[in-house]
Amino acid sequence: MKNKRTSYPYLLWMLIFTIVPIAMVIYYAFTDESGKFSLSSFVNASDYSEIFLYSLLVALISTAICLVLAYPLSFRISRCSKSKQRMIIMFLMVPMWMNFLLRIYAWVLILQNYGPLDMILSFFGIDITLIGNTSAVVVGMVYEFLPFMILPLHTVMSKIDNSLIEAAQDLGSNSFYVFKKVIFPLSIPGIISGITMVFVPTASTFLVAQYLGGTQFMIGDVIERVFQSDHHTGSAIALVLMVVILGFLVFMNRFGDEEAVGV
Amino acid sequence: MGKNAILSLKDIYFNYGNEVILNGINLDIYDKEFITLLGPSGCGKTTTLRIIAGFETPKSGEVYFENKLINDLPPYKRSINTVFQKYALFPHLNVFDNVAFGLKLKKMPKKEIEKKVKHMLSIVDLKGYEKRSVSALSGGQQQRVAIARALVCDPDVVLLDEPLGALDLKLRKDMQLELKQLQQKTQKTFIYVTHDQEEALTMSDRVVVMNNGSIAQIGTPEDIYNEPSDAFVADFIGEANIINGIMIDDCRVKILQKEIPCVDTGFKKNSPVDVVIRPEDIEVVDKDKAQFIGVVEDTVFKGVHFEMSVMCGKCLWLIHSTVAQKVGDTIGMYIEPDNIHIMNKLFATSNNELDLSVYYSDKDDNTTTVLIEGNEVTIKDKFFEEGTLLHVVLPPEALSIAGDGVGNLDEVYIESVIWKGEHNEIILESDERKWIMQSDTDEQVATYVPITFDFSKADISVISEGENEE
Repeated sequence: MKNKRTSYPYLLWMLIFTIVPIAMVIYYAFTDESGKFSLSSFVNASDYSEIFLYSLLVALISTAICLVLAYPLSFRISRCSKSKQRMIIMFLMVPMWMNFLLRIYAWVLILQNYGPLDMILSFFGIDITLIGNTSAVVVGMVYEFLPFMILPLHTVMSKIDNSLIEAAQDLGSNSFYVFKKVIFPLSIPGIISGITMVFVPTASTFLVAQYLGGTQFMIGDVIERVFQSDHHTGSAIALVLMVVILGFLVFMNRFGDEEAVGV
Repeated sequence: MGKNAILSLKDIYFNYGNEVILNGINLDIYDKEFITLLGPSGCGKTTTLRIIAGFETPKSGEVYFENKLINDLPPYKRSINTVFQKYALFPHLNVFDNVAFGLKLKKMPKKEIEKKVKHMLSIVDLKGYEKRSVSALSGGQQQRVAIARALVCDPDVVLLDEPLGALDLKLRKDMQLELKQLQQKTQKTFIYVTHDQEEALTMSDRVVVMNNGSIAQIGTPEDIYNEPSDAFVADFIGEANIINGIMIDDCRVKILQKEIPCVDTGFKKNSPVDVVIRPEDIEVVDKDKAQFIGVVEDTVFKGVHFEMSVMCGKCLWLIHSTVAQKVGDTIGMYIEPDNIHIMNKLFATSNNELDLSVYYSDKDDNTTTVLIEGNEVTIKDKFFEEGTLLHVVLPPEALSIAGDGVGNLDEVYIESVIWKGEHNEIILESDERKWIMQSDTDEQVATYVPITFDFSKADISVISEGENEE
């Protein structure tokens, strides 16, 4: 048996920063101002159900776009030489070295009215508002979270040995079947962790919508606002979000297991 | 075994950047034969296999399958299946689905797939393993799945890329026999790649010995062993004493300063040759009947025979005999004339001869500098005027591998290393030419080394004087 003592600091960390806060959120969610058990915060929280669904939709669209963009890219990268792979991955990570808010603010500058993109489009006679709508939020989300899709996909794909692809070709698969029968099934674990790593933060993130979405808030923004005045309702919304995300994760993992066995 | 070629390679040339991998491969593969491509690592055997499978396209030359040109036919359209070096089984599929992979793509009815897969699994002794995950199988079992997966598609040709390399010795020996039996049972053409000469001799109908991107010899295992075409093949296949000799006349060869009879004819008089004698062909006889006298240096019991090292003059002979000799004893040795194999030298001349013009020279230091393949090389203690054209003869012992890593020529390719009884004879290839070198240490073939020249051992003569004489 390994020395258990080495895990104590981690357990303490878990207790202080994970277990206790969750317990507090649950406590606040199920009590009212007077500290008595009550479901009133959930009733209050239901006022925001529309924003809640909207947030899930934005998260879903952003995740889907990330997957579509990242999948072929990751595969292409995974077929490069090791040193090339490291370099490309590093370049993909470079934007993440910059502050999250700065990156979003850069998009505000790009998309704003009379901003560079707006000017170019109006030069061609296309006159549309680029900022303050769902598309702008999705663009921001995709930009923020694309690396989180690429990394797990790349990790899984770089482990797919070229000889497996050659074996599939050798046994009579054209490129389509090589993808369908070998590359896709073997990359499912990467797809699942990629979706998880993008969907969860996009569903709960805040500020992106505030900057790019105009009046279109997302649930993260709502939690931030509500929490400032009402801990109980804020906790209730946060708890619902947590449960939904947990349900989503369980679903994803179950789906992944079935896929891995089924093909 | 039919004698019609099912697969033909014509003048195949292949390179990666500047590195030539295959240099003019010509090979006919007959229907239903077990043919082995044998050679040291880096000789191009795997590349040849990959060209046949369709994973690589030759830079020039043609691949014919049943008389049809298939250079540009993708792998999935070839009736050729491969057993990969590390099996390449699909980790997400169980044994049944791995084997059924090719059949499913052929859109065969389910019932038939099931029947064929079950039949094939029983042939490779894996009945009842259908539902197992491939990662739960031993190396030998994975190997059988890989073979079943290739054979079940009923290809005309099966390619096997060192399929037994990862198995331990005992299992490897069993699998060798099984593979041979499987090939006879299924009546398929097997093309087998290995660097293990024993494996090649055991299994093959024909062996193709490859070296440095070319074919050194094609023949039955008996031919290759008994009549190797050159010193490289003799050295690579089995054990052999390879020594320098001089062909005095037809059927007369001089080795170790002694003229002895042999059966080979047709060589030029007094031409240097390589002489190959298998260790089991040297007989220990009474000293008065002996051709050579030597002192036993070492005796090792090898099970079937004793392996002895006998020092004969400066040359160390390897002898296999069922009778042990005591270390330190002086023994007589005799070789039957038809057991002496004479072959042309791998290197056309016995020295390196170069024509060089003096690049610059320094009278005070008494040095001369020449250019060899673009590198400045300084000859010490010799002075020639600039522009003088020199004829330099560098004997093999004047070349050495630079111990400090910085040589006169860098990145010289080691083409072959052959033990000549007294020392290793190493053939090197630089950008522009080949070199012959003598060394007491063993070197790894197919690697790149820096070499240095020792001009004090060289014979330098002047062809024409430089123009700007002082």
